[in-house]
Amino acid sequence: MSMDKDCVIKTEHLTKEYELGIIGSGTLRRDLQSWWAKKHGKEDPNRLIGARSFEKGERFTALDDFSIEIRRGERVGIIGANGAGKSTFLKLLSRITSPTDGSIMYRGRIASMLEVGTGFSAELTGRENIYLNGAILGMTKTEVDKKIDEIIEFSECEQFIDTPVKRYSSGMFVKLAFSVAAHLDAEIMIMDEVLAVGDMKFQRKCLAKMRELAIDENRTVLYVSHNMSTIQELCSRCVVLDHGKKAFDGEVEEAIKLYLGGENDTFISFEYKDDSFKEPVRHHRVNLEKACFNGITSQVFYDDDKVPLELTWSYLEDVENMGLRFELTDFRRYPITAFVVQNLSGKKGERVSKRFLLDISALAQGRYYTRYVFFTRENDFAEPETVENAAGLVILKRLRTETGLRWQKVWGSVVSKGIEMIE
Amino acid sequence: MQNDSITYIDAKNRLFGINFRELWRYRDLIFLLVKRDLVTAYKQTILGPIWIVIQPLMSTTVFTVIFGIIAHVSTDGMPQFLFYMSGNVLWGFFSSCLGRSSGTFTGNARIFGKVYFPRLVMPIAGAVYNFVNFILQTSVFVILVVVYVVLGANVHPNLTLLLTPLLVLQTALLSTGIGLIMSSLTAKYRDLNVLIGFGVSLLMYITPVVYPISNVDESFRWLMLLNPVAPIVETYRYAFLGSGAFHWVFWLISVAVTGLVVFVGLIVFNKVEKNFIDTV
Repeated sequence: MSMDKDCVIKTEHLTKEYELGIIGSGTLRRDLQSWWAKKHGKEDPNRLIGARSFEKGERFTALDDFSIEIRRGERVGIIGANGAGKSTFLKLLSRITSPTDGSIMYRGRIASMLEVGTGFSAELTGRENIYLNGAILGMTKTEVDKKIDEIIEFSECEQFIDTPVKRYSSGMFVKLAFSVAAHLDAEIMIMDEVLAVGDMKFQRKCLAKMRELAIDENRTVLYVSHNMSTIQELCSRCVVLDHGKKAFDGEVEEAIKLYLGGENDTFISFEYKDDSFKEPVRHHRVNLEKACFNGITSQVFYDDDKVPLELTWSYLEDVENMGLRFELTDFRRYPITAFVVQNLSGKKGERVSKRFLLDISALAQGRYYTRYVFFTRENDFAEPETVENAAGLVILKRLRTETGLRWQKVWGSVVSKGIEMIE
Repeated sequence: MQNDSITYIDAKNRLFGINFRELWRYRDLIFLLVKRDLVTAYKQTILGPIWIVIQPLMSTTVFTVIFGIIAHVSTDGMPQFLFYMSGNVLWGFFSSCLGRSSGTFTGNARIFGKVYFPRLVMPIAGAVYNFVNFILQTSVFVILVVVYVVLGANVHPNLTLLLTPLLVLQTALLSTGIGLIMSSLTAKYRDLNVLIGFGVSLLMYITPVVYPISNVDESFRWLMLLNPVAPIVETYRYAFLGSGAFHWVFWLISVAVTGLVVFVGLIVFNKVEKNFIDTV
């Protein structure tokens, strides 16, 4: 394998597999016990009750045949859902674990910040920790000597630099730790959401520093985050990972669009096979079986799109005058609004599919969780009694064009349209 | 400063893949870890680093009382305190190196999961830290030897002293080597931690630490001397006190065993370190 001069990282068919299930029990006695039981065809006495037993050799592929070339000075963002293989890729690059197959080649040194402050020692002072942490990250003492003033200044901790870090606030701790990492002399910098900590002002400062290092000093930056705005701010190229495979590699805007659209794509449709998505209710008179978005392929809705929803349920007994409520909560699970339909009825054993169109044009941009609640009422004055209650599909609302004022999350989730100024 | 060296990683398992040049690049880290240990070990204690010296003095006193005064174990006519202290200090070095290095994987799982540096840095830093303690303790021992010589006691330091740096190095290598093997095994089987705990204290009793090898029946003295630590302790004591003898054949065997242990240790350690983090 060879690498041309401008290329700093090159991976070929990089694959990482993990063995599923419990790898050994950690004690020799139990492993022998399990081995003995297996050999004699008995049930493993150490298997957790109810745990799914994995076939021997059943494996999970965290990163699957991943090949990429990264050139000097590129700022590459890596995005993808949890478990897509982002962290595995960074771990392989930073040599924390080794690949099952394939290879990696890189030029120069890699400074990885998978966590800030690794190896900080509480008893040591800020200054001593800078040296120790620098050394752990691969700097020599002379290199730290040259940078120490810059590091201290960047950390905004001058005043406490000769105090043991155990007396630091968590914010100061993070700032100091990040400053060390940001001043490494490495050609390649790897960051895994380290910016999620620390205050906003400091985050901005760090992002700016990373950009500066990449542009002015031609360093290469690899950045993993779930925060799309920091990806947009920092990166010049973006890779989307999906189930361990490269789903996209290129323009940042395009990658983010693809990722946000494709997130949770398994939940365009959902079948309630077990009860974990349902809340227990006193009288289960209805059984919700399936929910799906009708005739569309994504959970993303733009501007005035209506949500075409189809629910399938069966009646466990004769039901009359039943209502169905679609509850909507925002990303913090605060209730926003609900849609209600009434006068549903059915006979015991009957199975029905109904289609609904939900008008969400008033919703601001964002992620909304839903819940489907079936309820009955004795009469018009009685409290509704819930007879089935299940978590629903997630709705992502996007605005294609945002003209004029940009709606802020803190203003709320409903964009009110009706206001007129009279004189 | 542009570093253009190319690093290549793949899935192949090389039998002996330890990169000593890289290890050398991380020497500052070893130094800083030792410093950290020295600083943190005795922070917020009243006596501070004096503890390093108090420990062996206290246990030597206990040994002198129990084995010398109560049990009347022979010391080949040597002053009892010096006799026990020589064995005690060297054994302390051996057992603490072994303890430190055998916990390399289990004790550092968190940091190993977040950042890469040559994993060997940890046991080496542990050995160096224990070496510093050992040197301090030995200085006190040497002072006592000089005092006894001046007072005209039956103590005869001799030319074998020239061997002691080698003996100390060998102790460090042997204990760390065993530790590397143990740490690689404990990465999967935690029970071995328990074994190491009492195994080390049992090993002390089949090593001539609290008795001279001359006390052992001639017919199976050779068996005792096959324990690689035995000739080290015997020779060390002989060099300072002039008691016993220098069993050079057994010492050479012990040196060979040390070499083998270190070699095997490095191989298993290197094999385990690559994917250890997946099994934590």
